[in-house]
Amino acid sequence: MSPLLVIVLRTLAGLGLLLLNGVVLIYMLRKVLGHLHLRLGPTRVGPWGIFQTSMDVVKLLTKEDFRPTASDKWLFRIAPLLIFVPSFMAYLAIGFSPTWHFANLDTGVLFVFAVLSFVPIGIMMAGWASNSKWSLIGGMRAAGQQIAYEIPLLLSVLGVAMLAGSLDPKVIVESQAGLWLGFLPKWFIVPQFLGFWLFAISAQAETNQTPFDMSEAESELVTGFANEYSGMRFGFMFLAEFSNMFVAAAVGTTLFFGGWLLPGLEHNALALALGPIIFMVKVYLGIFCMMWVRGTLPRIRIDQMLSFAWKALIPLSLLWVVVFAVILKAVGA
Amino acid sequence: MEPKLAFAYGAIASFLILGSLFVVATLGISRLLAPRKPDPEKYSIYECGSEPIGPPWVQFRVGYYVYALLFVLFDVETVFLYPWAVTVRALPVFVLGEMIVFIAILGLGLAYAWKEGALKWR
Repeated sequence: MSPLLVIVLRTLAGLGLLLLNGVVLIYMLRKVLGHLHLRLGPTRVGPWGIFQTSMDVVKLLTKEDFRPTASDKWLFRIAPLLIFVPSFMAYLAIGFSPTWHFANLDTGVLFVFAVLSFVPIGIMMAGWASNSKWSLIGGMRAAGQQIAYEIPLLLSVLGVAMLAGSLDPKVIVESQAGLWLGFLPKWFIVPQFLGFWLFAISAQAETNQTPFDMSEAESELVTGFANEYSGMRFGFMFLAEFSNMFVAAAVGTTLFFGGWLLPGLEHNALALALGPIIFMVKVYLGIFCMMWVRGTLPRIRIDQMLSFAWKALIPLSLLWVVVFAVILKAVGA
Repeated sequence: MEPKLAFAYGAIASFLILGSLFVVATLGISRLLAPRKPDPEKYSIYECGSEPIGPPWVQFRVGYYVYALLFVLFDVETVFLYPWAVTVRALPVFVLGEMIVFIAILGLGLAYAWKEGALKWR
């Protein structure tokens, strides 16, 4: 096959994965939150309500997609595109197994963070263009929050970069093979526990999940930045949110939980075949934990949230980078 | 360009172009399927059901600007830290010392911004 055809097919596979993830994750979120709240969640459409989200897509597709007359025409129209496309591009750098990936990027981890930093621009654009006070407050909050938590997120990955000596997801995962002391998997969560803690909090904030869902905050801002959106444009914004959740969990799995590796299942034909399944199970366990946090903790106030980032997370992550580099040098010498 | 790099750039371009096309095509399909019933009430801005009071496009505090400036500073610094982190094990201890000095200067800057109240969200 010509490389061009391979690229196009992989892009289509990526789109398929994103849509499938979106449908599954929205259903999962409703079910998990439902049971955490001692409710049942969706039950009516299909057995256990499994077709609920598919029907929701049909509903969004056939719903009138209108734009308030007072809004800014072009910014309002472009914003969903600017939110959705970067979160789709982030799929490029996810490695599912040694042979399964969309493209083997040498600086994949940096690429994910680079494209995802476009999302706040889209959210702010949506908030501003809507010409509604709720949307504007949501957009401004999103900008403040996402830039504040992007820094600890980036800094938390440095420890892993030092350990693996690479930003290539494949190399990072391969360097987590083996066991420590004969029983502990050599995953980077063990030496980088603080790094993972910082990563998990920042990722929760970057993906706009409760307790950090300031830009949406349905009980304060109605739907925040997406307030004036309807139909499929709204659909794309929320698809992007769920896709970001998947990307965050996938990056976390790659960096801290050994990606497609499982102790005892490394470097053989069976491991190669089971790799993508192991990876997806780990990612979905990670997403489940994100939803668990979402269902458990109440939303915090915006000023508390920002001072937590600037006054606690950023100094702590800078300090941890220095301390870990010194430890690594001392051990290596 | 070597083939691996060309493939990676091609994939990035393809994700960008086909991803955008997918959005545009879906919105087009939605436009064909969805009803269109214009109504000035419906097309007005939502403000809890009452008439909107005053325009939301207002001036912002200059504090937001300082905030954004701080972010740019720290973001660029993080980008500098990445190549260092990848190679730190192979480099001599001297480089580690240099980076500690760099981070310490940034830490001082953050402490100064903190003292001046730039980190306060109002």
